[in-house]
Amino acid sequence: MTGNRQVMLFEEELARLRRRQRIQLFGFALLFLVVFQFAASFSNFTVERLAAGLPRIGEYLGMTVPEIHAGTVTSDIRTWYYGFTKWLQLLGDTLLIALMATIFGVIGGLLLCFPASRNLVRHFWLYFLFRRTAEIARCVPEVVYALIFVVAFGVGPFAGFLALTAHTIGALAKLFAEANENIDERQLEGVRAAGGNWFEVIRFAALPQVLPNFTTYSLWRLELNIRSAAIVGFVGAGGIGQELYQAISLNYYEDVSAIVLMVVVTITLIDLACEKIRTGIIGKEALQ
Amino acid sequence: MSVHASAIDPSQIAALRAAHPRAFSKSAAERALLIAAAAGVLAFVVFCLIRFDATPARIINGMERFGKIASALIPPSPGDAFWDLTRAMLESIGMAFLGTLIAAIIALPLGFLGARNVLPIRLIRFPIRRSFDFLRGVDSLVWALVYVRAVGLGPLAGVLAIATTDIGIFAKLFAEAIENVEKKQVEGVKAAGGNAIKTMRFGILPQVLPIMLSNVLYMFESNTRSATILGIIGAGGIGFALSDRIRAHQWDQVGFIIIMIIVVVALIDFCSHLLRSWLIKSGLRRPLVPTPDAVKPS
Repeated sequence: MTGNRQVMLFEEELARLRRRQRIQLFGFALLFLVVFQFAASFSNFTVERLAAGLPRIGEYLGMTVPEIHAGTVTSDIRTWYYGFTKWLQLLGDTLLIALMATIFGVIGGLLLCFPASRNLVRHFWLYFLFRRTAEIARCVPEVVYALIFVVAFGVGPFAGFLALTAHTIGALAKLFAEANENIDERQLEGVRAAGGNWFEVIRFAALPQVLPNFTTYSLWRLELNIRSAAIVGFVGAGGIGQELYQAISLNYYEDVSAIVLMVVVTITLIDLACEKIRTGIIGKEALQ
Repeated sequence: MSVHASAIDPSQIAALRAAHPRAFSKSAAERALLIAAAAGVLAFVVFCLIRFDATPARIINGMERFGKIASALIPPSPGDAFWDLTRAMLESIGMAFLGTLIAAIIALPLGFLGARNVLPIRLIRFPIRRSFDFLRGVDSLVWALVYVRAVGLGPLAGVLAIATTDIGIFAKLFAEAIENVEKKQVEGVKAAGGNAIKTMRFGILPQVLPIMLSNVLYMFESNTRSATILGIIGAGGIGFALSDRIRAHQWDQVGFIIIMIIVVVALIDFCSHLLRSWLIKSGLRRPLVPTPDAVKPS
């Protein structure tokens, strides 16, 4: 009865696999519990604290909801958005911070990325120095830069612009350098063979290949910068963030919801616009 | 036709230049456009600098002070607070871990509700998906600021802030993963008489679980980064120590904390990267049924 024997072997194998799976699951559960216990004890996280906190959050969020009655919708909204023009200006400042940081970040990234690409530099140490500088610049969060620049340059959007620029240069230099490292070598050789020096190799062989990538990366960075520009204001670096921070610390509940709503709508609209431009660029490239 | 370089004389080049001007240089219109664009950007930059109140005196003073700060950052030293800082760093990692965990648990059912193939009614699904977008759209730092006011200073506000943003992100990612599952397995469970819950458990979940776990690990990585800065506005962790030291102008400790953040973030990136690639590989390798040679009679 080979049939029965086969079924028996199958059952045995299945039981063995099931057992192994169970042991694995148990091991993972144990490891997980240990890690969870560590995390909870380090961050003072207890169920009681959570249970005590959640209702207060509900209360707080409830207070930020504006009073809007069916009969007086327009005047209620007008009261809610009493500071609309001021907020719009501050939001404009935030956008300017992001745009300026992206412009200077792209310039800085362009300058740094070529010496930071392995295939474009002969000396390893030169490449290593530029690449690591870019990576370290990128690793420090914008808010940390903002804290330092606010001390050095004073409160205001200028510090925010500098903070975002420092981070953007690092991030873009690294992305650009990675794009550079994936280009076609033959064009570099072509320009070199025609007697081009290093700058001409970059200008006529490398740049044309990577320019579309650079454009999409820069647009993507612009989106991120707009988000960050709204945030760095919390530490005094200007724009709408500073106003939001004040509204929250002074408990102007309805201002909080009004400003947050404005920021979210603006960010969403800009994301959509960037998406359109990006697909436009990629689409055009694909057609060529 | 072959031409030797020595055989070309300047007049031939001039003739070629006249015949094909675009191959030699940009047309006048193109050049004008480029100059106009550059001038526009320059004007914008100048306008912004004026609006940001960046007077030369301010820039020079600022550079001077920044130079002093930069030289004070080196050499970085923890002072006598090494263990305090380590503890604060662990607190940040703990915040990221708990926030990610809570978000993943809450987002799992929400992801199913947001998936087209589970909840085909557009009228209900649309507001659910938009609310994910709202949670995602508000930065975790904003949530942290609100939560610090609501539940007080400390890591709890940070955990909740990370969780809130991540619920939006996970729910969206999970919903998209669920929408992309293979239909055949779902139909198989249905055909074998499984109800809606069993279809989800045995038809959908095994397909999306590795993707979800990989997403969760990835977000843990990125949350460690945000957890290090949440403390700056009072939500616990290393950020609190950082803003404290910056206010007290203890720049050597600031330098140490920044290096600590860079190293820990890189370390966690590395571990999570390893774990994720192992997860994806083991997901592919795991035999769903006993392999044929295991069943062969010996």
